[in-house]
Amino acid sequence: MEKFTSLSAVAAALPEANIDTDKIIPARFLKTTKRTGLGKHAFDSMRYHPDGTENPDFVLNQLPWRHAEILITHDNLGCGSSREHAPWALLDFGIRCVIAPSFADIFFNNCFKNGILPICLPRELCDALMEDARMGSNARLTVDLPRQVVIRPDGKEIPFEIDPFRKHMLIEGLDDIGQTLLHEKRIDTYEEQVAHDRPWVPTISID
Amino acid sequence: MAPRTLFDKIWDHHVVETLPDGTSILYIDRHLVHEVTSPQAFEGLRLAGRRLRHPEKTVAVVDHNVPTSDRSQPIEEEDSRNQIETLERNVKEFGVPYFPLLSSSQGIVHVVGPEQGISLPGMTIVCGDSHTSTHGAMGSLAFGIGTSEVEHVMATQTILQRPARNMRVTVEGTPGNGVSAKDIMLAIIGHIGTAGGTGHVIEFAGSAIRGLDMAGRMTICNMSIEAGARAGMVAPDDVTFEYVRNRPFAPKGDDFDKAVAYWRTLASDEGAHFDKEITLRAEDIAPSLTWGTSPETVVSITGTVPDPEQETDEAVKVQRRRMLEYMGLEAGQTIAGVPVDVVFIGSCTNSRIEDLRAVAHVAAGRKVAEGVRAMIVPGSGLVKQQAEQEGLDKIFLDAGFEWREAGCSMCLGMNPDRLTPQQRCASTSNRNFEGRQGPAGRTHLLSPAMAAAAAVTGCLTDVRELI
Ligand code: SF4
Repeated sequence: MEKFTSLSAVAAALPEANIDTDKIIPARFLKTTKRTGLGKHAFDSMRYHPDGTENPDFVLNQLPWRHAEILITHDNLGCGSSREHAPWALLDFGIRCVIAPSFADIFFNNCFKNGILPICLPRELCDALMEDARMGSNARLTVDLPRQVVIRPDGKEIPFEIDPFRKHMLIEGLDDIGQTLLHEKRIDTYEEQVAHDRPWVPTISID
Repeated sequence: MAPRTLFDKIWDHHVVETLPDGTSILYIDRHLVHEVTSPQAFEGLRLAGRRLRHPEKTVAVVDHNVPTSDRSQPIEEEDSRNQIETLERNVKEFGVPYFPLLSSSQGIVHVVGPEQGISLPGMTIVCGDSHTSTHGAMGSLAFGIGTSEVEHVMATQTILQRPARNMRVTVEGTPGNGVSAKDIMLAIIGHIGTAGGTGHVIEFAGSAIRGLDMAGRMTICNMSIEAGARAGMVAPDDVTFEYVRNRPFAPKGDDFDKAVAYWRTLASDEGAHFDKEITLRAEDIAPSLTWGTSPETVVSITGTVPDPEQETDEAVKVQRRRMLEYMGLEAGQTIAGVPVDVVFIGSCTNSRIEDLRAVAHVAAGRKVAEGVRAMIVPGSGLVKQQAEQEGLDKIFLDAGFEWREAGCSMCLGMNPDRLTPQQRCASTSNRNFEGRQGPAGRTHLLSPAMAAAAAVTGCLTDVRELI
């Protein structure tokens, strides 16, 4: 996983609430067996007309936001299906940071697992950042993860909260499995205990 | 010890270790796998040279992509076939128990788990699918995970989690005639909204919930995710134990009795703390359905489409206007009487034998209205067999319904079962987002009985007029 430390980039404003994962990546694109290549279908129904041509009114089709690495939205971003294809699609498009007043749980988790930093800020601040974002390439936002601040184009800083463990994992680009396997002995002990306490739990085999 | 909730107890029994930052390594008893969210996880294992820690605690099925028409033919859609074949290769390589496409045990993962006794009370159950919450009806802690987490569970049989907050939704009283578990759940979501349960695990309680059979409880827990919750659950009781008894993978004989003794200890203690509480009365709930493109846009079948201009929040107002336009409806319009093109009865919300019986009850002796396509997709091969033994298929076919093979089907339209643009569908599934059942398709979520009523009248109808 790519490390996340500091990011200075163009941000795109998508002032909508409840942007669900079907909107981020419609189900018909889930048939892939790989993690990459989904960026061209990110926000498919908003980005393209039914005939497949680009919708020039959609922010991610306009310059400089075609190259946005930060996305700002309203409440409940990523609601709906748990598909991890949503952060994969965002990442493949180039988004490394999403900012919203609130997130759906699973999407929020999935972002961290793919090196995307989700930042939760009050609605007024998201609106203010959207104003900045609309100024385009003259107004890059900087996200400084070690210091936990978003720096506005005018230099003002907005602090944000993040779980220390997740921060550590993002900054180091660490994979969860390796971390957990450091505790393998504890898992062994737990299993022995359960085999003793609840020996009736069946295992599964299908011929 | 302080009084604990059902969630607290299952959580405590599965914590392997709590890390300094408060994240826990949580042990997973059952991992359910399907073809859409697993290939990248198997790929990850292979790249890292890892194996499954416990293939015998894992079960795989194919459901999302499978055709629901004749299965003697090869699958036509290439990418669907590829995902299915990829899963078949992976289960072989990694030794994962698997119900193949042509087995009568195949079906939607959330129907198969409880039906086979794979999902049991008190367990932690995960699957790379948000509607894993369904299994919470067994009195288990069951939630959806992403593909990275699927890989994590495969490699470690654990997951990294922080405890959720506790929420209790109590429904007291006796539901009226024609009011099903689906109507109760739609009413709850309409009441608390799609973010009402965010960060919480919801325990459903009260006499109306206790009075439901397991299928009804599964319908309720299934849609916890539409209420924003991480999971939904119902305390295991005699209804649960009777359901579990004799299921193929459930404990047997003496083991079963020991299991029941343990399961009985799991119910929330008197005085346990809930961070959020909601109470509804079953008598206040009418047959309900959604009018918009969010599951919280619920109206009673006797109601009218709400006016966006009445909304106080500007963003909500804009969104609701857009919903009306997308759905081809007008503010103030009576919802009953709106004509439908398609009726879809199926999905992990409502495709169990009890659901099909409710459909048959309405459909018996009636005909599907002219011009309406009405499809019934059972949740599993076993549900299909059972329905055929009971003669329900005959009722359906006589009435003009399509009687199909098990799978997710038009719930999300990954297989050929899709709406065409602007088609209006009365659907027993759980999501009505734009394009969910096919690009530009229009979905109204409702109960199986209400779907059957729409099929035979050709429009959204109060099922109470037909039963
Ligand atoms: S039936 Fe629908 S909601 Fe259920 S698992 Fe399949 S696609 Fe998901």
